[in-house]
Amino acid sequence: MSGVKMTPELVAEHGLTGDEYNTVLSIMGREPNITELGIFSVMWSEHCSYKSSRFWLKTLPTTGPQVIQGPGENAGVVDIGEGQAAVFKIESHNHPSYIEPYQGAATGVGGILRDVFTMGARPIANLNALRFGDPGNAKTRHLVDGVVAGIGGYGNCIGVPTVAGEVNFHPAYNGNCLVNAMTVGLADSDNIFYSKASGIGNPVVYVGSKTGRDGIHGATMASAEFSDQTEEKRPTVQVGDPFTEKLLLEACLELMSTDAIVSIQDMGAAGLTSSSVEMADKGGVGIRLDLDKVPMREEGMTPYELMLSESQERMLMVLKPGREDEARAIFEKWELDFAVIGEVTTSGNLELFWYGETVGDIPVKPLVEASPMYERPWEPTPAQAEIDPDSLPDAGKMTNCLKDILSSPDMCSRRWIWEQYDHLIRGETLQIPGGDAAVVRIPETSKALATTVDCTPRYCLADPEQGGRQAVAECWRNMVATGAKPLALTNNMNFGNPERPKIMGQFVGAIKGMAAAAKTLDFPVVSGNVSLYNETEGKAILPTPVIGGVGLLKDHTKMATLAFKAEDETILLLGESKGWVGQSIFLREIHGREEGAPPPVDLEAEARNGALVLDLIDKGLVTACHDLSDGGLAVGLAEMAMAGNIGATVAEQSDETPAHAFFFGEDQARYVVTSTQADAVIHLAEQAGVPVQVIGRTGGEALTLTPEDTISLELLRHAHEDWLPAYMSGEEAAEQ
Amino acid sequence: MRAAVIVFPGTNREKDIAEALERASGKKAQFVWHGDSDLPDVDLIVVPGGFSYGDYLRCGAMAGNSPVMRAVKQKADAGVRVLGVCNGFQILTETGLLPGVLMRNAQLKFICKKATLTVQNSDSDFSSAYSEGQRVVFPVAHNEGNYFADDATLDRLEGEDRVVFRYADADGTVNKAGNINGSQRNIAGILNEKRNVLGMMPHPENATDPAQGGTDGLGLFKSLAEVLQ
Amino acid sequence: MKATVTITLKSGVLDPQGKAIEHALGALGFQGVNDVRQGKVIEIDLDAADPTTAEALVKDMCGKLLANPVIEDYSIEISA
Repeated sequence: MSGVKMTPELVAEHGLTGDEYNTVLSIMGREPNITELGIFSVMWSEHCSYKSSRFWLKTLPTTGPQVIQGPGENAGVVDIGEGQAAVFKIESHNHPSYIEPYQGAATGVGGILRDVFTMGARPIANLNALRFGDPGNAKTRHLVDGVVAGIGGYGNCIGVPTVAGEVNFHPAYNGNCLVNAMTVGLADSDNIFYSKASGIGNPVVYVGSKTGRDGIHGATMASAEFSDQTEEKRPTVQVGDPFTEKLLLEACLELMSTDAIVSIQDMGAAGLTSSSVEMADKGGVGIRLDLDKVPMREEGMTPYELMLSESQERMLMVLKPGREDEARAIFEKWELDFAVIGEVTTSGNLELFWYGETVGDIPVKPLVEASPMYERPWEPTPAQAEIDPDSLPDAGKMTNCLKDILSSPDMCSRRWIWEQYDHLIRGETLQIPGGDAAVVRIPETSKALATTVDCTPRYCLADPEQGGRQAVAECWRNMVATGAKPLALTNNMNFGNPERPKIMGQFVGAIKGMAAAAKTLDFPVVSGNVSLYNETEGKAILPTPVIGGVGLLKDHTKMATLAFKAEDETILLLGESKGWVGQSIFLREIHGREEGAPPPVDLEAEARNGALVLDLIDKGLVTACHDLSDGGLAVGLAEMAMAGNIGATVAEQSDETPAHAFFFGEDQARYVVTSTQADAVIHLAEQAGVPVQVIGRTGGEALTLTPEDTISLELLRHAHEDWLPAYMSGEEAAEQ
Repeated sequence: MRAAVIVFPGTNREKDIAEALERASGKKAQFVWHGDSDLPDVDLIVVPGGFSYGDYLRCGAMAGNSPVMRAVKQKADAGVRVLGVCNGFQILTETGLLPGVLMRNAQLKFICKKATLTVQNSDSDFSSAYSEGQRVVFPVAHNEGNYFADDATLDRLEGEDRVVFRYADADGTVNKAGNINGSQRNIAGILNEKRNVLGMMPHPENATDPAQGGTDGLGLFKSLAEVLQ
Repeated sequence: MKATVTITLKSGVLDPQGKAIEHALGALGFQGVNDVRQGKVIEIDLDAADPTTAEALVKDMCGKLLANPVIEDYSIEISA
């Protein structure tokens, strides 16, 4: 170990700058050995230290009466009443998924599941937010196929339903796909587990799979830009084993039902290093590890490799003294490795031994506290001009535009994807993919949780601050549309290289927008993840701050869905419609223009309109509810009609908004509802100060947008359903 | 009705089926860990869905050849009713309690959706609550549900009226369009010779509560509850 | 002693994975591919007195677990 000589090259290979290495020298008071250098390297990587983002993340609102645990633990925890809590987090696995889509996506799911059950929660729902390159790009189909199979392969096997997600295609993701996975778990509020180690002399226990050489340097890879040589990095990608994770899940929950555990931490990125350092740091204690006792899968492994391995399906725990045998029996029943590999000490250091010989000794507090934090220079994104809807050329028949939009890659049905995910297991899924938010019931209660992931990257590129607001607002609105009161959010900040002021400006703008929206909507941030350096050869992805939300339906029998329920019901539009076409799907798909300022988000209006919708659903006054977003009113109506297999006729409009702006404008804070008691809805809306208009009636087998412009549901359904299966079967490619 | 639900490492639909049994019979089922020595004295043994042993090697192979399944086989020979759903069906074929094998879906994809089936015969302890030819909707969730057996076996299954469920199109017509996974002769569920063992790929347990969007599956559990009181 | 078990689908049993590989090879421009069948290889390191004993043992494993006789064939190779 000690034989390796420190050189500037070796330091650079470990991703540390000269200044950072000087800090290492002053902390250590000597030259580190290779194992210690590796530990500093991963702890101070962007992935683990959030060095570019921490300064700004601290500005997000993270508290509220519903928050039991905000950011800083494995996952966020919110109170859902009756002594129960929802535990959730989103996390990216972007770079590994680009290199090896199946395993990258699968281990992404595995990692986020562990983050949630480490806290004592049983996972009850998985979600994912995906971004791929241009469908015409040679690699895109392969990535979609592998990522979807990987997400399904892991989630289906472990038995957690995958209930919601979102997918976009854009050339900006050609060299960097995004795979963000979210898990929602259910726990008893008085039985949440944290990572803080305590109790001098308490045993430190390793459980789960054996350690191999998987993913060594994965955490530093996740923080470096891609280049042409990326494809050669394949061997560092971890392989997931959902079967073992299922056993680990059951064994952990079984042990958690006793009081033997002091603290627990999963071994995610940077494995044994980050888990032991975090546990020691939070507890203000030291940890001694006998690395030779770590269960190993391969021969000849070194302390360096053991500390940096990212082998999956492993956990580190501190147990109460004398409880080892009880814990061991549970893990052995589940056929998992169990090894006491160290103890909690008073030293304040991470002390590493290899057959009795010291192979590393790092003071924990300085390692964590001296972790670099940069306030990187940033440039605001220049504002784009508003686009006057009257300035657009005639787009022809509205139903033709609608058909083209519904069959576009970003707007077509995702059925081909979600039918590969077991979204029904556990038998509690009340809303399957395809609605505004998924809804899962809480067993043995009348409650249900709504959950969704959202982001509109094209808005974020045009105006990061409005985009950040919109992502939060849309997520919030999607839950409201089911009747659920939004509780809290988790964010996944996917951006390019933060060392470029333009990119850092996108990040800062998105954070500002997100903070404003979270505050006004009483929708705090309780967990999250940052993925930077999503660039290939200097070309960054669209800024993609994905928001995952969880909301509560106290009585699931009141849940609203988007499908039209019956003929001859009144269709009402809630919220103000100005016909905003800038950055709209209509402008992009019909006119081929990605331009203009995105729709502004009036947060006060969002709060007001959302409160009204929750009230209408609670009072049973609406029969269907859908929020309007991409594609505006026409797409919203089409989705409601297709889901219910009932058509609709839009009443003639008298106002002066041009038809294309009326049907496809993307003004925010809007919902479409149907009702048999329209007068009551209008009355309550007027009382609440929410703009309301009757826009038509349900009925028939077609969607009639204007008196001369009708399209059958069957044609709409073909347009909506056919593109993705055809693309994935390669039929599209043959045409090109 | 006293029911036992066998749990292997990797089983994951035990909760769903236990709840369905309780909804139909009002009685709680008992979970039995595969490693526990003796099977309890029950009227019904259920082998639920999941990925026993990760479905590594072959779906259901390791569970199918495990000691507990030898005990289940003895019970089945003695007349105890055995129901295998999804991975449970795969396990029962590996154990030899049912003929044939479940191969990878023809389209090579995991498939989770509500499938339309027809009840081929209601003359069994598992299907007496249905009428013959009835159209029912049960969810499916599998990667290897493509039923395969040689022609002689298939002829025999049909000749002895042992096919209980077939995949059908939305109207309830048994045809190629409705065959979601490429199963021979659209077979979704079969009985053993003594008609006390049923294996099926679809999940009736996930259609037993209005909140799940349908209750067509309840009939299967009610049929059992009726005969096993 | 090392045993290598090769498991393939019986001829006549539809092999959709093999068909998919065949299709993909064609798409990549490989000419003259008439048929593709896929299977699996299991390597077993075991203690046995001699190759004959080893082969008998592995054959028993194949019959009891490793292969499904309804759809699969297997072959065994023993090396020191």
